[in-house]
Amino acid sequence: MSPRRSFWLGFADGVPFIVVVTPFAMLFGLVAVEAGLNLWQVLGFSLAVFAGSAQFTALQLIQDEAPTLIVIATALVVNLRVGMYSAAMTPWLAGARMRTRAVMAYLIVDQSYACSIRRYEENPDWAVAARVAYFFGTILPVYPTWLAGTLVGGLVGAALPEWLALDFALPICFLAIVAPMLRTFAHMVAAFTSVVLALAFSWMPFGLGLLVAAVLAMAAGAVTEVQVERRTNRSVV
Amino acid sequence: MGPDTQLWVVIAALAVGSYALRFSFIGFYANRDMPLWLLRPLRYAGVAIIPGLVAPLVLWPEATGGETDPVRLSAAVATFVSGYVTGNVIVAMLTGAAFLYGLPFVLSY
Repeated sequence: MSPRRSFWLGFADGVPFIVVVTPFAMLFGLVAVEAGLNLWQVLGFSLAVFAGSAQFTALQLIQDEAPTLIVIATALVVNLRVGMYSAAMTPWLAGARMRTRAVMAYLIVDQSYACSIRRYEENPDWAVAARVAYFFGTILPVYPTWLAGTLVGGLVGAALPEWLALDFALPICFLAIVAPMLRTFAHMVAAFTSVVLALAFSWMPFGLGLLVAAVLAMAAGAVTEVQVERRTNRSVV
Repeated sequence: MGPDTQLWVVIAALAVGSYALRFSFIGFYANRDMPLWLLRPLRYAGVAIIPGLVAPLVLWPEATGGETDPVRLSAAVATFVSGYVTGNVIVAMLTGAAFLYGLPFVLSY
């Protein structure tokens, strides 16, 4: 597979995500303007951070008037996911130039990661150049859509009437993102722990309760995964 | 710190932090395997924080002064169930919106 062909294959794999990214991006712009951000700040957010769920999280905590440090720490914990993607992609990109990898890092999101890792595993014979080109192909339809979508959402949001109950757009958005992520028992345990502990710790100052709940919920997920693995191995033997 | 300054500080810090997370492994960890004790909890980062963030917003919405609101609660449950069953984010959002705007309309009859 030549890099040129793998680039266009990536582009074709990325195009369907336009349908998913557009409403999500518009919703961010809309909710952000509703929260009092101006269009520059909305665009700055999407351009500089480029991570939907972390952006939504930061927005919610700013509205809750959480201290700046807590806002940053919590949004970054949400974004630990992209660190995991980075780790998973690393073995496939051995030998790629540092400059290339530095640009790729900025563009690691759910969509580019999900497409790439699938194709890499499907086609282990691809050269590194083809893998890199494929990755850039997947992000080409997604990145402009994200930026344009947030901007359009911001423009529309400023003109929307009050009765739309937009205060609840964010919770709906989060629930829609998280429900499909509960694929395994360990994911469900982590989510359940997060809900129970976040409610139980809501008395903690500075929004610390959520951060503590998140760390414990991550641990709960990891421990459950180990337990489930042990049990499966035993039943096989 | 004014709200405008706070916002730009958050944006700048998240930009640097997110980039560091993305670059960390791809840049520095090349050709080495990640230790499993670090990878395993990372897998649950998304589902460990978002449900905890949403739970109080669903149970005690600010718009109703912290009173549990049957319409908002129903919309939340419908969104979650739809997302879980279909595995589709957009379908889940549309279901939630349908409940949020449709339910008051249906209930008024």
